[in-house]
Formats: sequence, structure tokens, C-alpha cells
Amino acid sequence: MGHILLRHRDEGLENLHQLDVYRANGGYDALKKVLDEYSKDEVITIIRDSNLRGRGGAGFPAGLKWGFIPKVDGDKYVVINTDESETGTFKDRELVERNPHQVIEGALIAAYAIGAKQIYNYFRGEFMSAAFNFEEALQECYAAGLIGENIMGSDFSCDFSCHYGAGAYICGEETALLNSLQGDLGQPWSKPPFPAVEGLYSKPTVVNNTETLANVPPIIMNGADWYKSMGTERSAGIKIVCLSGHINKPGNYEVEMGTSYRDILFDEKYGGGIPNGKKFKALLPSGGSGPVIVDDALDAPMTYEGLTEHGSVMGSASLIVMDETVDMVWAAMKMIHFFRHESCGKCTPCREGVFWMKIVIDRIYNGIGTEKDIKTLESVANQIQGNTLCALGEFAINPALATIRHFPEEYRAKIK
Amino acid sequence: MSDLVTLTIDGTELSVPKGTRVADAAKSVGIDIPVFCHHPKLEPVGACRMCLVEIGMPMRDRATGEPMLNEDGSPKINFGRGLQTSCTAVVGEGMVVHTDTEAVTDVRGTLLEFQLVNHPLDCPICDKGGECPLQNLVMDHGKMESRVYFEDKRRSDKHVSLGDLIFLDRERCIQCARCIRFQDEVADDRVLQFHNRGVNLEIVTMSDPGFDSYWSGNTTDICPVGALTTADFRFGARPWEMTPSASICSQCAVGCNMTVNTRREARSGGKPVIKRILPRQNEAVNELWLCDKGRFTHDYVASPERLTSPMMRKDGELVAVSWDEALNAAAEGLQAASSVAGLAGQRLSNEDYFMLQKLFRKGLKSGNLDVNNRQIGGGDVVAQVGIAAGSDLQQLGKGDAILVVASDLHEEAPLWWLRVKQAADRGAALVVINGRSTRLSSHATHNLQADSGDIVATVRQLVSMAKVETDGTGALDAAAETLITANNLVAFYGYEGLSYEETESLAKALANLLLIQMDGEPHVGRMNNGLIPVWPYANTQGAWDMGIHPALLPSYKAAKMTGMDAVAMFAGAADGSLDALYVVGADPIGDGWMADRGKLGLLIVQELFMTKTAVTADIIFPAQSWAERDGTFTNGERRVQRYYPAIRPAGDSRPDWQILSQLGERVGAGKAETVTSLVFRSLTKAARQYKGMDYRSLGQVEAQWPVVGGDDRYYGGNAFANTAGLGKQWAAVAESKAVKQFEMDDAVSSREDGLLLINAASLYTAGTLIDKSAVLAPRMAKITLTINPVDATAYEDGDTLMVRTDRVTVQATAVVSDDVMVGTAVLRGVKAMNGTAVARLSKIKE
Ligand SMILES: Cc1cc2nc3c(=O)[nH]c(=O)nc-3n(C[C@H](O)[C@H](O)[C@H](O)COP(=O)(O)O)c2cc1C
Ligand code: SF4
Ligand code: SF4
Ligand code: SF4
Ligand code: FES
Repeated sequence: MGHILLRHRDEGLENLHQLDVYRANGGYDALKKVLDEYSKDEVITIIRDSNLRGRGGAGFPAGLKWGFIPKVDGDKYVVINTDESETGTFKDRELVERNPHQVIEGALIAAYAIGAKQIYNYFRGEFMSAAFNFEEALQECYAAGLIGENIMGSDFSCDFSCHYGAGAYICGEETALLNSLQGDLGQPWSKPPFPAVEGLYSKPTVVNNTETLANVPPIIMNGADWYKSMGTERSAGIKIVCLSGHINKPGNYEVEMGTSYRDILFDEKYGGGIPNGKKFKALLPSGGSGPVIVDDALDAPMTYEGLTEHGSVMGSASLIVMDETVDMVWAAMKMIHFFRHESCGKCTPCREGVFWMKIVIDRIYNGIGTEKDIKTLESVANQIQGNTLCALGEFAINPALATIRHFPEEYRAKIK
Repeated sequence: MSDLVTLTIDGTELSVPKGTRVADAAKSVGIDIPVFCHHPKLEPVGACRMCLVEIGMPMRDRATGEPMLNEDGSPKINFGRGLQTSCTAVVGEGMVVHTDTEAVTDVRGTLLEFQLVNHPLDCPICDKGGECPLQNLVMDHGKMESRVYFEDKRRSDKHVSLGDLIFLDRERCIQCARCIRFQDEVADDRVLQFHNRGVNLEIVTMSDPGFDSYWSGNTTDICPVGALTTADFRFGARPWEMTPSASICSQCAVGCNMTVNTRREARSGGKPVIKRILPRQNEAVNELWLCDKGRFTHDYVASPERLTSPMMRKDGELVAVSWDEALNAAAEGLQAASSVAGLAGQRLSNEDYFMLQKLFRKGLKSGNLDVNNRQIGGGDVVAQVGIAAGSDLQQLGKGDAILVVASDLHEEAPLWWLRVKQAADRGAALVVINGRSTRLSSHATHNLQADSGDIVATVRQLVSMAKVETDGTGALDAAAETLITANNLVAFYGYEGLSYEETESLAKALANLLLIQMDGEPHVGRMNNGLIPVWPYANTQGAWDMGIHPALLPSYKAAKMTGMDAVAMFAGAADGSLDALYVVGADPIGDGWMADRGKLGLLIVQELFMTKTAVTADIIFPAQSWAERDGTFTNGERRVQRYYPAIRPAGDSRPDWQILSQLGERVGAGKAETVTSLVFRSLTKAARQYKGMDYRSLGQVEAQWPVVGGDDRYYGGNAFANTAGLGKQWAAVAESKAVKQFEMDDAVSSREDGLLLINAASLYTAGTLIDKSAVLAPRMAKITLTINPVDATAYEDGDTLMVRTDRVTVQATAVVSDDVMVGTAVLRGVKAMNGTAVARLSKIKE
């Protein structure tokens, strides 16, 4: 079977980023079908029935989110989240670079479904070249009447433009993204109001991850039941997994939901095992923001709920593999440095707490820490928990808490 | 369904309006939830997390929608996971809030510990120490031992100048964004912003010059730590060393309530000196704010140039004499004079004005009384249809309308600008009619630019359109329709580009608009409706009320004989037809109204400073400044407000009313008064609009929202709670009986040919008092001439021009902009004047 999302990897589709190639292979048929056959509500119903959930990490059902948009006239927006700043995540980049039309088509269908006349794609600033590719694809679409006035001769009109971030992880958080997009400081706002009610320029807005939207055209073409036939009951369909670290075959893989982490790491179809005969030590299943897991969790299925009992999450499925050579205090320190650098500073517990964790773990790693510092690190993390404005603060405590839990002896070996 | 929501906070049941935030609801029943980032006048942001509490909602059965009950029949409450920020959470029916549980207490300790991770804890040298919510909260909930290694703390700049007026200590800043949000939401001067992120998040100013705003001082009040300080006060005193005195700002017609903080200091011989001025809450006047002019223009009080002793001219020299000698000489001189006249400034108290008119009318039998510079007419019209008693601009919003004609409120009456703009932001229609665009224009729903010569005609046309049903198509039609159909209608008028006579016609025209009946009822006579004159000075209203007018007695009764007005006095001094002139708090020579003392036989000046007029006087009486005495001012909304003494008088100076009454006693105007409150009592008998008022009732207060001023944990800022009086508005005639439409004279246009110069106001324009402010000196208005590109073919932006009219000759920097209309030029930075004048321009070669 060919790919559903990474179709450009299939034979003969290397140039899928070109409009004619994409169209010759069924591209924009889903949009056409929607414009010809479905009302807005019908589109939302199909997506809801497909059980497609957000691929940006939080897993919110996409159809439900679209359904929250008030059904009244007025400005509305679809915003694609291509900020992709999570450590170890590089799936959206491949999509916008190699299969941009599928993202565009998905976004147009979303815009049609909620009544938006403007789509924005928010790229992380470092994605300049990928974004230029994407903009070329947009130009082709404008020229072909797929974006703009009266798309495909229908009465649906929609514009599409791109925006580049300035290099902040927090701008992947949807409200910070919207602030940044409208020219304000890239800090999240306290929800409510949710973007579906008051989003960009205070208008109803759907923010979806790039990958989420790329799933939309195949679902429209093949139906909700087809999508649900893949994956598990609560986590339907397929997911792109980003594999990196100590792994034989790093890269993106299109994986059916429910596949076990062990298969993803060791199956020859995917990761193909740990290089140089080293032993597996730990896995970050969701980049730096999810708690680290160890061998006992590898048989869990990769689903939104699969790691709950192991205290972790699937997130955006960016798997960073660590072999036995990795110093876990060092790894935790690196991740805390990342969050200390990326905390936006708006709320006190994250701004001050993550800074504090950083200075404490630096002491421990540098061999001048004490038993008390390990306690402090743990208690500061616990004090941050549940008290922050957005989820970044919650992510930031995972490196410390999970490594202390799984590898206490490595900490103790470092202190005075 | 009512608009009230009932909830329970810590066992207390309360009902509050829908949409109220939980923290505010709690405060309204006296439960203080600690806040840092939340301020009741700003939109909540939920950033500091200090206000986390337990919030639960009644559970409902999913299937039936019925409330779920506990075994004892009480509703089941779902507290969700974790705590919620009470500053952002909106009240809900049946909500249950706990602010006193262990979880809440714990989280407060936790957050305070976080707040202090990078805080310098330099309380002993911090201006906020002693009135600092962070300090107070740490005392309540803080852990008394630090777990942070001192050397790990982040160090940062401690003396960052954000401009000439405000300094920032970056180490103390807790990133609450109150200052930024105040500037964005309240002041609409978006000059502050965060830079960087995380612990490096820091306040920066985005303007040049830095922190370019008339409102900057307010940010230091609401900053919940000692991060922001004012240039005049920083390191000047500790809060607990100072004595607060209630006062009223004497810088414009708004009449902001303020508190003067004083401390005894060695440099003034152990006498109290003014350390700082803070807002005093009066929600109907200035809420919690002051403009920087009001806050910083106090240096003159302590100026070494103050007059401290009576003086008389002996052998051509002014020498210090005793009060008795000066008063006797003045009495003799005035009685011996063949003709006398009195000229007053417009910043005196009601008591001063009353005694001045008594001295003249009763003692000297003369009705030659006027204010120095009559810029706006229509005081008599205002007495009929002025904004009704009990009004509060804060109540105007959707469905209401405000009209502002020939005034730049931002420069002339900043707090009114703020409140009008906010009313417009709340949805009130705002119609602005002026010869150029001003800071208000961008908030207006209807901008009607009119040639200055045509402003009155435009308003009259608008009024006639409002009287009939029109198709509402033209811009003027649409504005008329909006105004006349508004629920409430307030009209402000000023004098920009208008002659005095034109302002009189304008007042009448606007009165006629307010008098038009819709559904059988005119707008006037109801609360939040009526006319507001943008008087050029703090107590121009009081001068009208007390009969400092050649034709009007106190109470607006017509005098039997019309006396000399100011123009006649100046002419009389020049040609010798006036023998003696008595000047109180005015500088006609310095202001250019008189070239010199002319042929006056006697010139008496009552003053704070040795003005150009005083230098040529025969007798000088040193007067007390407003901070040294008590009295009342009446603002443009006719609110009579008391101010109180804050410091000791300079030298031998006396209050103006006392000097006038001691002089009066010597010329048969009755026994000298000894106490200000008794002067007020007698003036209420003469000015019947003031009937029923006395110092006690003016000093009364009512509960106000938001609650501020305590050392409570719900921190509203440094603004003082008002314990000294909210003042009283006197009722305009229309509030008790019907007023008829005013007869209009034939329209006169002052339009002349040529480039017409409008001499407009700037807040920081040079003057006797403001010139003494060290803090404001670098901010004084530059002299500029704004010209339309069409008229500026020979000039460019930034050129230095020589501007000549028949009344001014000044150098000005050219600003080429279509903010002004073709054919007009706007001069700013010099004392504003009425009317227009033909201007001749020439470029000065570098
Ligand atoms: C700190 C932080 C960073 C995030 N970064 C991203 C990101 O880079 N890309 C993304 O799609 N979602 C990111 N999210 C999640 C978004 O807030 C949001 O949930 C998502 O874009 C919604 O799209 P979806 O429902 O299609 O997943 C981030 C969230 C947080 C709290
Ligand atoms: S949790 Fe961190 S990133 Fe999120 S708002 Fe607070 S400071 Fe900003
Ligand atoms: S801001 Fe408050 S806590 Fe900080 S140093 Fe000043 S007084 Fe102390
Ligand atoms: S300077 Fe003061 S008001 Fe401004 S963010 Fe810092 S603490 Fe808040
Ligand atoms: S978060 Fe509520 S007061 Fe700051």
C-alpha cells in the first residue's frame, strides 16, 4: 500500500509538490467533491466521524473543533500551525516541502467547512526554504483558480498567505501563535476565550497542525469509515513518527496508530534498532516535552492513551532514542536549558521556576550539588505543576521529574 | 433572567452583575484575593498566578440536565482539576469559591517563593517599601527562608531611564505588564512593551523621546513593586514618613482629586515640603488617574523666587513693608483713586473670587471686574443647560453620544480626553468638530473638519438638521441624527480658532441642540446630559459663579450697571482713563495684554511671584499657593470641590481671600473674615446655586468601586482612597424647570483672506508655574507650525520659520501635514489664543 501522507515517497510521485503532478494523481478531487457535493455541516460531520484528532500534540478531535466555530456570518480564519519547534519533530517540514498541495487542499476544505475566507500558514522562521516551496505551490494554485475568488468556479472564495515566526518555541502554542501572527508579542493568552470563539483579530479561528490538515483530503475521498478502519478505536488512522537519536534508520515514518513503540524502534520497516550493538536505555516519546520512558513501556501501543499508565504521552510522536551511553542528568539538563531559553516569561511559575530548575541542575551536573539540591529540583518542578498559564510550563518539568524517577542513582552519583 | 449571578465565596453568598471576575466579586464583599497582574481598571491577563483559588460549579446530570445533589440535598460541586485564576474566571450561577483552603494558602507561598527567585529584596532602599504588595504578601504567606543561592540570582540594570520622568529598576520588575497594559488600554499611548522572553523579559520604551505620554506617572502608582519610580520622588522619602493632604489639581478645568504627600525636612527648616503628588480616587472625576502636568507641576510652590513679604514702592524701589502698612496704603490709594478696576486670574478659589467682588462692589462701589483673559463665553448658558448634577462620564457608552467642538481635549483637559475616548471605546458615538484633526479624532465616529471661520455655522447647521427629519445621508445629517437620537448627550466646547463672541454663539447653538425635544423631552435636565465648557483654567467656572464679570453678579444676576471689562481696563490704563488697577493672580504685562503700566496712578498686585506686572506695581501682596491653604474650586462640570492645606505658607504670605477681606474691612466692605469655611458659608448666600453646600457636605464621601488605597492584598495601586470629599455638583436651571431655546444672533464669520493662523493649546506650554518644574522642563512643548502640504510649497518639514501675525512674532519648526486644512496653519507651543489671524511666513536660512 502506498503512503497516505508521505505520498511523495511513493514510486513516480517524487514531484508531487508540482501542481500538475498532484492533480494528475487525484489532487484537489477532494476539494472538488466537497464544493460539488457537501454542505459545510456535512464536511464537519465526515471529519468528526473519522475520529481524526489533532496531530500537534494535544489530540483534540478536529471535527469537534471545527464544529465549535459559530455559524454566523463574519470574518473567520483557518490557521495552519507549521511552527514545528518541538525537539525531535520534523514531520511538518517534510509535508510542506514535498507534499504541500495536500496541506493546502486540507486547509481549503477546513476553510470551506467553517466559512473562512482567509487561511494563514505560520511557519517557524527557520523553515525559510521549505516555506518558499510552499509559497510557490500557493502561486500555482492562485494561477489555477484553486485559491482566490470563486474557487473551481464555485461561490467559495478564499485567500491564503504565509507568515514566518522569529524563532520561538512558544509560538507553536496556538494563542501565542495568533498573537505573533497579528503582530503582537508572542505570548499565549489565558483561555477562555478559545480561538474558536475569539481567535485571530478576535474572530473565530481554527488552528490546526499541518499534519492534521494533510489527513483531510484522503478522508473526504475515502470516507470516515475507511479512516477509522486504521488505528484503534480512540486513536484512529495513521501518524507520522519522527525518529531520531541512537537509531539505525532515523527519519519520518507513516505508522498506523496502535503500533507498539518496540516495533517502531526495532522493526526493520521503521527504526531498525540501536546502532553499534548498544543497549537501549530510554526513549523520549514526545521530544523534550514528554516524560522519558524506559524499556518496560516499549510494548505499549502508540496511541493518545497508550502511555498513560507509564506516565507519559504520545504528543506529536517525535521519538528521541537514547542508548546506554547517555548520561541522563546531562540529558535532563539539556532539556531544561531548552525550556529555560523558550519560556515566554508571561507567567511567574514557568518564568522563575524553570530558571530556578536550570541553576539547580547545573549545580548537580557540575558536581557541586548536594542531596538537598535534588530535593529542590524535584520540589520546584512540583510547584510549577498545575500553576502555569500554558502547557509549556507543564512540559518543562518533565525532564527533571521523569529522569529523577527512572534514574535516581545517576543523580546521586553526581552530588557531593 | 436577571443580570445578577449568585455565588458563594468562603461561605458568603453574594449576587454580582454577570461577567464580574471572581477576584472582583470577592473584593466587593471584603474578601481580598491577592493579585499582582490584575488591576480592576485593566483587562485581566492571568499572568502572575497569584490569585489562584478553588472554583467549583454545580454538577448537572448529563442526560437530564438536572442538578446533581449530595445525600444531604446540597448541590454537588465539581472543583475540576487544580486551581483557577480568579482574576480571569467569570462568576457563574451557583459557583462555589474557596480562597482559604490549604491548597490556596500553599500555592500563595509557592508563587511568592517564585516571585522572589530573582527579586533583589532591596526593600530598605526601595521607594515602594512600606506600601508594596509584594512585601506585604511575603509577610503574610511567604517562606521566610530562601532556597535560592544568592550568587545564582539574575542581575540586571537598576537605573534605566524610560524617559525624563520615569525610571525603571529591572531587578525589581515582576513582569506583571500593568504598566504596558495601562499605556495600551487606558492611555492609548502604546509606548511601552516587553522585550526578550523568559527571565530576560524586560520593559522597554518604544518612543522617542522615551515614555512619551502625558500619563506616565500613573504607571508608577499601579506598579505593584518598586520597579517604576518618578524622577521627582525616587529615593526622596519613605512612604511612612509622609503626611497625606487631600487636594484638587489647579492645572485645568477637570479638577482631578489628588493627595499631596509631605515630609518635614531640614532643608526647609523642619517645615513640611511636598515630596510627591498622587491621585485621590474620585470615580466621577478622575477615577484613579492624574496627568503628568498635574502630578509634576508643584515645584513652584517651593521656589525660592516666591514673594514672602508685602512690598511697597518707596523712592522708586520696591521694599518690604508690614502687612498693616501695605494694606492701609492700598485702602487709601483705592479710595482716593478717581476710578478703580479689579482683574483676576482664573486659578483662584471661589472664596477668593467672592471676597474680590465684595471688595469692589460693596467696598469700592465699582463693578469694574473681570478675569484677565476671557477665552470662552457662555458661562450664563452653562448655568442653564450645563451637564446635570450626578453625572459621570464613566457611565456613557453604547447608545449615548458625545460632541466635542473646537477643543483639543488631550492638550487642554487630559482627563476628559481619557474619559471621552473610553466612552467612545465602550460604544458611545463621538462627534468631533474642529479645524484640524486632534488626538480625539481617531476615536471619533464622526469627524467633521470645518474651517475655523465656519465652525459655529457648521454647528448651527447641525442643530437645524437635528430639528427636522432628514434623509440622514450627508456627513452632517448623519451626525445630527446620531446626536439627537442618543439616549444621553454631552457636548463639550472650547475656543480653538474661535473669537470670544463665536464661543458665545457656539454655547447657545449647543444649548439649542440639547434643548431639542425627542419624544417630548429634551436632553438637558437629565443625568449624564448637558453642556461642558472646556474652560482654559482650573476655576474659570468659579469666577463666573462668583460674579467676576463686568455685567454679572454672583448667581448670574445681571448687574445694574455694566462695568469695565478687561479690554477696557487695558485701554484705560494706557490712555489714563483708569486710575487704579488691582490685579490678583494674573500677569497682564507678561502675557502681552498691556505693554506697560501705562498711565495708571496706582497698580496693586497680589501674587506668588515677581511677575512682569508685579515689577512695575506700587504695592505687592504675597499670596499663598494652593498647597498652603484651603479653599474650593468648581470644575467644568460644576463640581464644587474642597482642597486642604498641605504645607506651611511661604514667608508672610496670606491666602488671597484674607488679603482681600482685610482690605475690604478698611474700605467699608464689612468685617474681615477669619476662616475659609465661613467665607464659603457667606458665599453660598450670595451664589444661590451653592445653597445647601458647606465644608462638611463637600467633605463627605461614599463607597467607591474599585476599592483602593489600603494596604490590602488586592492591590489597586498607590492612588489614595477618598476620605476627604467627593465634592458636589450644583444643579443647572434645566434640572428644575424648562429652559427655552436661545435666540441666536446673526452668524458672524471671522474668516479673513490669507493663510489663517490658529493658536492652539499644548499641555506643557510655558507659564509662570510650570516653568518652575524641574521634572517637566525637558518635556516643554516645542514651538511648531503645522501647515497643509498645499500651503507649504515653499517649506519642508523641519524648516525653521518666522511666523508673524498682528499679535505674535515667533520662530517655529515647520510640520507639514494634512492634519490641518488647506488655508490654515496651527501654531503650538506658545500660549493659546482665541480666533484666527492672518499669518505671514518666512523661512530662516541656516
Ligand atoms: C509550548 C507549546 C508548543 C506547541 N508547539 C506546537 C507546534 O509546533 N506545532 C503544532 O502543531 N502544535 C503545537 N502546539 C499545540 C498547539 O497549541 C495546538 O494545540 C495545535 O496547533 C492544534 O492543532 P491540532 O488540533 O491540529 O493538533 C504547541 C503547544 C504548546 C503548549
Ligand atoms: S507557562 Fe511558560 S510559556 Fe506558558 S505562558 Fe507561562 S511563562 Fe509563558
Ligand atoms: S519592590 Fe517591594 S519587595 Fe521589592 S524591594 Fe521594593 S519593597 Fe521590597
Ligand atoms: S515595571 Fe512594574 S508594572 Fe511594569 S511590568 Fe514591571 S512590575 Fe509590572
Ligand atoms: S493571575 Fe490573577 S492576579 Fe495575576
